[in-house]
Amino acid sequence: MDSVDRAIINRLQGGFPVSDHPYRAAADHLGICEAELIQRLEQMLEKRQLSRFGPLYNAERLGGGLSLCAMSIPEEDFERVAEQVNAFSEVAHNYARDHRLNMWFVLATETPARIESVLAEIEDVTGYQVYNMPKREEFFVGLKFEV
Amino acid sequence: MVLSDADRSLVAEIQGGLPLSSHPYAEVGERIGMEEQEVIERITRLQDEGIIKRLGIVVRHHELGYTANAMVVWDVPDKHLDEVGGKLGSESCVTLCYQRPRRLPEWPYNLFSMIHGKDRQRVLNYIDAIIESCGLEGIPHKVLFSGRRFKQRGARYQ
Repeated sequence: MDSVDRAIINRLQGGFPVSDHPYRAAADHLGICEAELIQRLEQMLEKRQLSRFGPLYNAERLGGGLSLCAMSIPEEDFERVAEQVNAFSEVAHNYARDHRLNMWFVLATETPARIESVLAEIEDVTGYQVYNMPKREEFFVGLKFEV
Repeated sequence: MVLSDADRSLVAEIQGGLPLSSHPYAEVGERIGMEEQEVIERITRLQDEGIIKRLGIVVRHHELGYTANAMVVWDVPDKHLDEVGGKLGSESCVTLCYQRPRRLPEWPYNLFSMIHGKDRQRVLNYIDAIIESCGLEGIPHKVLFSGRRFKQRGARYQ
């Protein structure tokens, strides 16, 4: 990744123009031409450095449900439960973390009411309790990465 | 928030990404039977309403070298939550900062922050610096580094 790629990543995590010729406008700001910007984005997507080039939605405002959930799973059962949990299409991502609550996943459902029923299904299938920790208040959401 | 059918089809059409071409909004419009100008107006409104939080690059932080990812959780007295949350959220290395419910007795923490770094030691150094600059010495906290990542994708909309 060279300095132009880095500049693209640092400048374009948000703020993409909504106009008839947006890549050209964004490229102008970066001091490159439109074709180069598009080509570099394609390459970074191919190399999977970017997950996508597009919108980041606010799930709640779209009418969906969103929650962070945790489970405490004994090591010998971890693989089985991870597979069972990940099989739910509502599970957006899932990380092992070093704590007694060692499995942490985000649940994104089409409606807020679905959260509780999916949690009940997960408890049913896995045989373990799910701790539901929905967001109460947001102090900051930046999630931008400098490279 | 009630979205119209037209908004919904637009939201679903672009969720995987915008076309990488000179006139992406015209191309999106063609696919869902909308004029370019209408696509532009609707996306602008969805941004104004906060439904689209951001438009542009969504990175895969792990692939960019941010391999150490810590969820740092704090047990903050409720009356100090706004103050502490505000301070934490303004630290440049904190990427997310949310209040969530405690789950006693198992889980006493009510303020969640995410800190990403290129290695664990660097993340631990950030945390030490934050504790000092925000005056959080008296607040119990826990650092949960991520281990294996099983699944990572955005939410999907129909």
